[in-house]
Amino acid sequence: MKETSPLNLYKQLPQTNCKKCGEETCMAYAAGLIARTRKVEECTPLIEEKKYAKKLETLKTIVAPELKMIYIGVGDKQVKVGGEDVMYRHQMTFFNKPPFAYDVADNMEEAKLIERVKQITTWRKFYIGKWQYVEMIAVRSVTDDPAKFAACVKTVLANGNGFPLILCSFNPAVLKAGLEVAAKEKPLIYAATKDNWKEVAQLAFDYKVPVTLSVPFDLDGLKSMAVTFAGMGLTDLVLDPGTAPNGKMLQQTLINFINLRRAAVEEAQRDIAYPVMVLPINAWLTSDDPVRASYWESVLTAAFVIRGGAIMIKHSLAPSSMMADMHLRFNIYTDPRTPVQVKPGIYKVGSPGPESPVFLTTNFALTYYTVESDIASNNIDAYIIAINTDGIGVQASVAGGQLSPTKIQDSFNEAGFDWAGQKYPAMVLPGMAAKFSGELEDLFAGKAKIMVGPEDSGRIIGWMKDFWPPK
Amino acid sequence: MAEKISLSDLNKTLTEMNVQSLEGLKIEGDVEIDLEMGAGGVGPLFAYYFGQEAAKIAMQLINFAKAVGYPVETLMQPVAVASAIAPAPKDLAAAAAAVPAFKVASALASAKFSVGTDKTWKHPIQEVTLGATKADGGSRGHVVKLGGEKAMPFFPDAIMPHAPKITMDVFDMPIGMAKAVKMHYEDVINAPGEWAKKAVKQFGADMVTVHLISTDPLLKDTPAQEAVKTVEEVLQAVDVPICIGGSGNPEKDPIVLSKAAEVSQGERVLIASANLNMDWEKIGKACVDNGHVCLAWTQLEINSQKELNRKLMKVAGVPRESIVMDPTTAALAYGLDFAYSNMERIRLGALKGDDELTFPMSSGTTNAWGVRESWMVRSPNKDDSDWGDRMLRGPIWEILTGYSLAMAGVDIFMMMHPQAVAYLHEITQSLMGRIEAKATDANAWLKMGV
Ligand code: SF4
Repeated sequence: MKETSPLNLYKQLPQTNCKKCGEETCMAYAAGLIARTRKVEECTPLIEEKKYAKKLETLKTIVAPELKMIYIGVGDKQVKVGGEDVMYRHQMTFFNKPPFAYDVADNMEEAKLIERVKQITTWRKFYIGKWQYVEMIAVRSVTDDPAKFAACVKTVLANGNGFPLILCSFNPAVLKAGLEVAAKEKPLIYAATKDNWKEVAQLAFDYKVPVTLSVPFDLDGLKSMAVTFAGMGLTDLVLDPGTAPNGKMLQQTLINFINLRRAAVEEAQRDIAYPVMVLPINAWLTSDDPVRASYWESVLTAAFVIRGGAIMIKHSLAPSSMMADMHLRFNIYTDPRTPVQVKPGIYKVGSPGPESPVFLTTNFALTYYTVESDIASNNIDAYIIAINTDGIGVQASVAGGQLSPTKIQDSFNEAGFDWAGQKYPAMVLPGMAAKFSGELEDLFAGKAKIMVGPEDSGRIIGWMKDFWPPK
Repeated sequence: MAEKISLSDLNKTLTEMNVQSLEGLKIEGDVEIDLEMGAGGVGPLFAYYFGQEAAKIAMQLINFAKAVGYPVETLMQPVAVASAIAPAPKDLAAAAAAVPAFKVASALASAKFSVGTDKTWKHPIQEVTLGATKADGGSRGHVVKLGGEKAMPFFPDAIMPHAPKITMDVFDMPIGMAKAVKMHYEDVINAPGEWAKKAVKQFGADMVTVHLISTDPLLKDTPAQEAVKTVEEVLQAVDVPICIGGSGNPEKDPIVLSKAAEVSQGERVLIASANLNMDWEKIGKACVDNGHVCLAWTQLEINSQKELNRKLMKVAGVPRESIVMDPTTAALAYGLDFAYSNMERIRLGALKGDDELTFPMSSGTTNAWGVRESWMVRSPNKDDSDWGDRMLRGPIWEILTGYSLAMAGVDIFMMMHPQAVAYLHEITQSLMGRIEAKATDANAWLKMGV
């Protein structure tokens, strides 16, 4: 959506302020549409009443994302791909994080295949209050044998816990065999090429599945393919412009991605505005050393998470790479519009009482939630005081002066914390703020004991065993 | 083409049509059903007979019947059935015939892809030279140039004049380090000169940063006079340009850094750093008086960065070609999103002509080692998947922290792990087209053996 003024959307609304959408006014709802926090479907009068039909159509066209959004898979594991509106995340936000599809192959022994599928589907990591998961599985046909591919897809479906699939082969017969088994699950097929596109187009139509167009390092050719498919009524498209893992072609790859994103969101070239696929898996063609290949895969992933990749086929299940890649994607796709601070003050974790410690941290949301999760997940009852550091973390605010002994004193005073009611009146400083302990001892003399906690709140559980209650 | 209707809508419609209910089907919550409205699914004839809404439902029921194994297709063609019950009016039949069935195109359409550049980028980033050779009154073997960009990093709009540089950290006293880092420095931890040599000769550092942390009143409180001996030692040991850091103590740093600026006069050192919470003027002036470059450090706030840059220029008199910015590096999984966008905004603002921001940027990439995922043996959360070997996790944390900020516009990285340095060099050089490699077959991954 290029529109930035709610007024222009308001013109397409019923303008009755009927409140059915949950907003007080149509104008407020229009502002929600601009921010993409509200959906057109939520204005029920617009949808239901015939007289608004024209407005509805116009509105839908205006709010459509600049980069087409497509759906892969069904049910609650379905993924949205594309749908972006901006070039740089601070301009609004990036909306649909590129799903990571980890590969399996049809030449794998059944037991190994099942094991790998299980590894992919069960991987998880807790981060800022949420579990991070893998989203998809890519099934590669190494054998080029339709029967073997179909059998493999079947096994993956049976063990895949509803994860959406990418069926990968250039052989239409192989793709068809896979679709016979999996079409209901609405997989993405990979890929139509300059050689097989007619057959693959027919498959995409027959089975009603989204399709990848692969024309490596030739954007004219890629566009020609996209225009042709759209002409046939096939618009659930993913583009593969080629991912070179190294050398000068890697530079070209990044430039292609930048150009495609620009064409879509800055120049509204609708005939090429489809989600783009990245193949970080290609890192494995550059080295036999798995550590090296895995690191390089992460580097490629990072490049294209940042610059316009909409869906990725990956290989490395090494925890180092998976964790790094997941966090990078999380950080880049975090909505910069949401607040990053918690309210300063005293928080209770569990049901703290007179015998509980008071942990001190800053009001940077990430810091606060990390400390809270480390305390809560270990069933510790405690107080946390979040000091107002303008949302800056402990280490940085100690260095930058936003966290200081007097600030700590003021914060306890403001919160009106009742030290007298505590059996062991003591505050636990983050290890990174240890240098304040001397000054704090003077400031809190006779009131509270100053203890130095671990440098990382992940070690609070061990610290409690050694130091709490204080002697 | 998928449209969604919910089961509650479905039931409502069915009731309106006097259909009692879907027997044996229990609806819990409001489940959404995808309906394929493709050319082959619901055509005009079908819609005519059943009405648009009902057509969707009928399709759904047919699909449902199929799903439970009822051989729908062999028994009935919905349109044929309807047509048999009541033949369509002629014009409608004609309309249906006019809807083209799916037909594969006979040839690929011809098309040319083209896209413009960003016309708002009109202002280059200031070029800054670090280090001075004999000819310029210093003793460095070569200089390092930063800045000069006319576009976002690695964008096709304009060639990047200089590759991003890496300066490796050297400390003037032993400090706590993650195991994966420490193993590379154990032999030099008490010898900053040797440490610097190792960083340059063995690990390929473009520069080294001497951190005078022992001056911190809460550590050794080394007097400035004595601390700067380490600077001299390092200048002797290596001939690359250097950066000098303080302890971060706002009272002591201006004294220490001014002294360090004096003893390294003429070497065009990067002095790290001045910030708004300390006597930045003293530091700025020390840079001016001794021919150094001032690192202007702010904390994730673009307006403070502008303010500090302005003050350094206007009040302390630091020339434009002697300022580098450190807008703060919050590491991967620990605020990288803020650091990234802050830097990207700064760089875009500069390219668009905000001359309080047109300076090269520096990143304290070593901060990556403060993130628990980079150094902790295992996850504190027992429900996490295995975190694997921390010796592998740490370096990738530093690589991705640095690399993503390279994409945002960072020109010089302060780093620690040798492998992270090597990877960051390799990827940034690759994206500048400076590394040759044998071309790989674009499709080989599909059949790859691993
Ligand atoms: S539901 Fe529609 S008409 Fe009613 S207030 Fe909201 S936007 Fe306005």
